[in-house]
Amino acid sequence: MNIPAELKYTKSHEWIRREDDGTVTVGITDHAQEALGDIVFLDLPEAGRVVAAGEECAVVESVKAASDIYAPVAGEIVAANDAALDAPESVNADAYASWLFKLKPANAADVDALLDAAGYAEIAADD
Amino acid sequence: MARITPLHAVHVAAGARMVDFAGWDMPVNYGSQIEEHHAVRSDAGMFDVSHMLALDLTGTDATPFLRTLLANDVAKLTVPGKALYSCMLNAEGGVIDDLIVYYFAADNFRIVVNAGTADKDVAWIRKQIARTGANVSLDAHRDLAMIAVQGPNARAKTWHAIPGSESASAALKPFFAAQVGDMLIARTGYTGEDGFEITLPAAQAPDLWNALTSAGVAPCGLGARDTLRLEAGLNLYGQDMDEATSPLNAGLSWTVDMKDIDRNFIGRPALETNPASQKMVGLVLLERGVLRAHQTVFSDAGEGETTSGTFSPTLQQAIAFARLPLDVAEGSTVEVDIRGKRLSARTVKLPFVRNGQALI
Repeated sequence: MNIPAELKYTKSHEWIRREDDGTVTVGITDHAQEALGDIVFLDLPEAGRVVAAGEECAVVESVKAASDIYAPVAGEIVAANDAALDAPESVNADAYASWLFKLKPANAADVDALLDAAGYAEIAADD
Repeated sequence: MARITPLHAVHVAAGARMVDFAGWDMPVNYGSQIEEHHAVRSDAGMFDVSHMLALDLTGTDATPFLRTLLANDVAKLTVPGKALYSCMLNAEGGVIDDLIVYYFAADNFRIVVNAGTADKDVAWIRKQIARTGANVSLDAHRDLAMIAVQGPNARAKTWHAIPGSESASAALKPFFAAQVGDMLIARTGYTGEDGFEITLPAAQAPDLWNALTSAGVAPCGLGARDTLRLEAGLNLYGQDMDEATSPLNAGLSWTVDMKDIDRNFIGRPALETNPASQKMVGLVLLERGVLRAHQTVFSDAGEGETTSGTFSPTLQQAIAFARLPLDVAEGSTVEVDIRGKRLSARTVKLPFVRNGQALI
């Protein structure tokens, strides 16, 4: 399973990367894209939207099913990946390169509390 | 414990992603569902459909019994090997199952039913045999495998994989079957493409599967089977109709044969009392998104609901079946509630795709 060590994770299969400007970039894990199958549609949040931790804020739809994507921490959406909207299959091709949205956390410490790679690996293995 | 088909080990060895389907552990895809879909539309793909159940109905009363049991009329079948699609209805006119019946002789039929309904179907048929006192016997085959080979090159690749099969099956017209040694080769399918459905002894199935693979037929899972049948406008039992659904409201009026006024098939009085109140139409989403089952549809003529929906790999847009008021015009614009947003869709005549060609 492809679970990069430098990222943080959620139980709901999002990955989170801390950026130098204090924002975080969010996507779905390789394990999640594989389970979903061919991804054909993304619905991404608009910049400026304020979200609570665990709030539904995006949708990834494969041929098979729709899957909600949750805000990993509370904060404000600062960007969505418009390139991925036009090429949803890019999430299948490289789930860690095709991010979904960027968020400015309300509280930076919230990110520390997310799962590390080892913690997520256990959850993914049980799936 | 999930049930497995005679090809289960072959699927697992091929790296298939396995899922539960009606209590069976079945392949949903072997990699990319969309690639499997395109293989069937443009070349040849195959599906393990051994979870479906083959029943043999034999006896001197076989024809009159089936004319009572089924909503379509087996009296149309007079040529050996000819197949007919039919619903089996309950007394209320609801659909117990949809099935294919093959005619071999007036006292000898093969019926192929869905996996999820097989036990219920057998119990129902036995009950009707007892009720009518018909001189027939019903034999369920769990010793058989079924492989559907579908696509424009499916027949040619099958002939390549099964030496000697071409001479016996080349002349088969659509919806006809021929016995070839231990195999029953039928020119039928569930994809909107040409091809065969091959029924054979379970023990021979892995060798045939491997021979078809060597002949260039792509293994395909239930995922592609679903997108293909949706594009082809073919109903799925349990999704597009069930025991609470009249075939007249599910786009299946063409399979209900009322011509012989003396043929009192089960469910007929209920259908005559309750004519169609809705119609099944195709929807094409005009905006970005994916249509799914059980989304509410708003039309000028009233509300309805989608019964199946997906992203069509051939059309590259979302499609669905919807049950709508009878007055909704073909080609009209409706709105569909997708996760709280109302998106525009257009009603179209089914099917969406046939023989590799988009029809909308």
